[in-house]
Amino acid sequence: MGIEQLSALEIGQKIKKKELTAVEAAQACFDRMDAMESEVHAFITIDRERAMAEARRVQKGIMDGTYTGPLAGVPVAVKDNICTKGVATTCASRILENYVPPYDAHVIERLKEAGAVIIGKTNMDEFAMGSTTETSAMGITRNPRNTDHVPGGSSGGSCAAVAANEVFAALGSDTGGSIRQPSAYCGVAGMKPTYGTVSRYGLIAYASSLDQIGPVGKNVADCAALLEIISGPDRRDSTCVAGESLDFSGLWEEYKISPEAVAAGLRGMRVGVPEEYFTGGIDPQIRDAVLKAADTMKAGGAIVETFSLGMTQYMIPAYYIIACAQASSNLARFDGVKYGYRTEGAGDLHDMYKKTRAQGFGWEVKKRILLGSFVLSSGYYDAYYIKALKANRLIKEAFDRAFEKYDLILAPAAPSAAPKLGTSLTDPLKMYLSDIYTVAVNLAGLPAMSMPCGQTGSLPVGLQLIGQRFKDDIVVRGAAAYEVLRGNWMASEAPSEEVKEAL
Amino acid sequence: MGKIVIDDQVMDNVEILAKLSLTGEERAQAMEKMQEILDYMEQLNTLDTDNVEPLVNLYDRGNVFRDDVIEDNDIKSEIVAGAPKQKDGQYMVPKTI
Repeated sequence: MGIEQLSALEIGQKIKKKELTAVEAAQACFDRMDAMESEVHAFITIDRERAMAEARRVQKGIMDGTYTGPLAGVPVAVKDNICTKGVATTCASRILENYVPPYDAHVIERLKEAGAVIIGKTNMDEFAMGSTTETSAMGITRNPRNTDHVPGGSSGGSCAAVAANEVFAALGSDTGGSIRQPSAYCGVAGMKPTYGTVSRYGLIAYASSLDQIGPVGKNVADCAALLEIISGPDRRDSTCVAGESLDFSGLWEEYKISPEAVAAGLRGMRVGVPEEYFTGGIDPQIRDAVLKAADTMKAGGAIVETFSLGMTQYMIPAYYIIACAQASSNLARFDGVKYGYRTEGAGDLHDMYKKTRAQGFGWEVKKRILLGSFVLSSGYYDAYYIKALKANRLIKEAFDRAFEKYDLILAPAAPSAAPKLGTSLTDPLKMYLSDIYTVAVNLAGLPAMSMPCGQTGSLPVGLQLIGQRFKDDIVVRGAAAYEVLRGNWMASEAPSEEVKEAL
Repeated sequence: MGKIVIDDQVMDNVEILAKLSLTGEERAQAMEKMQEILDYMEQLNTLDTDNVEPLVNLYDRGNVFRDDVIEDNDIKSEIVAGAPKQKDGQYMVPKTI
């Protein structure tokens, strides 16, 4: 087994013990990229020279005691909508193709302080708008588990890079499931933290009330370690000023004792299973794999019961109205004046705006800007945008009621496994409906983790564990415990008849 | 509100607001797709939202203020350098009036 198969924390440990250097770890990633990128194409920008120089600098810092954290010297990848000073940040869009930010996002500052080595920027749906990474203007990414299939999206590059062992961990962003759904499709762990836990400063905005940066890793512990680094207050994001840094030291202690000690975290945990999530358009194999996970948690001492969440038919309409409205406003800044692409041969200023945007944005982005402009326009604002914000309150309240009874909500991450390449974009409504289990988490600002719980054919199935706002620690503890009990996710059986009948 | 129809008049207005010049083909396709999505969104009308306040901010904290102090180093030239056209440290734009 090569070192590329190790987890981020294992690599960090080896570096700490001087069995490996940061330079060797980065080189292992580049060697793996050489073997995988022509097929997978998870990255938009790979700057080897810069990364190797950074690895050398960090290695010196590790030797002299500057960097002592668990991920010091560990190579990580970053989604290409997070600003990196001096390194192109394109949002997978022609309009930002040549944009080189003059500053680092807050999360990048934190990664650098922790001694993580950024080795590249990952592919995504253009401006994070899409669920397959096929709307990228920089080419598609393939699912490493089966390259005829999409990796999911919009953080498809980050999840594919981790799944292909091209990097040990990555950052993504999640507006309506963009970390959790590709994590499910690629068979990795990914978490959307509570809204306001991680600063969005330097994240190129899609829908500001929903966007959140989060970790992608090979396992739950790697995600937790990254989250400890990137969480915490930042006065440059007004939703994050009161945020506290997450601290998983209790979990680290349990890992040190034994896997059983981690698994014991589930004992007495109350887990609710929303019955609406297991009817309708869900693939029976996904349903069985996720219910099997509920069984596993029950066997591990959790109190698992089904309940009615309600509001489910309103989640997607409310989400798309709010997301498109905010996108149309946020993306107004791309006008060809201050950065990015500008059209040649425009007449006056107005003509320049319209042509620049027409040539610079892809079709999915244009569609969402148009829809967003419409729902915010005079005469329709109340009927659409305000109505959606009212539905949003009721959706939040439905979750709040559930969390009076439960510590965690257990759900699928997506209704099917990764679709084949080229089959999703022709029917946008169908693509939007595939986000049914993820969007409400953003509307309610909740933390949620997606992790593999089985397979259908060659493709992974994702389990989603959702917690109450600012209970990110419970989500991580529950996920870590389940992970121990689950063992190897590539082998899975059907759920018990008892659980199936209960639904 | 009754069924919303995306007609040419609505589309003219939306294009102005969105600052996008669409080709004839794009426009026809956009109208069709928008109609399809808006029809789907009609579902929201079956939800009773009387006496429900719109959720504007999850935390209802009100505005957060900080002192208006410049903290970045002087990176004006780096910022302007990213512009497609610039002159003497300023953004250049086509004729405005």
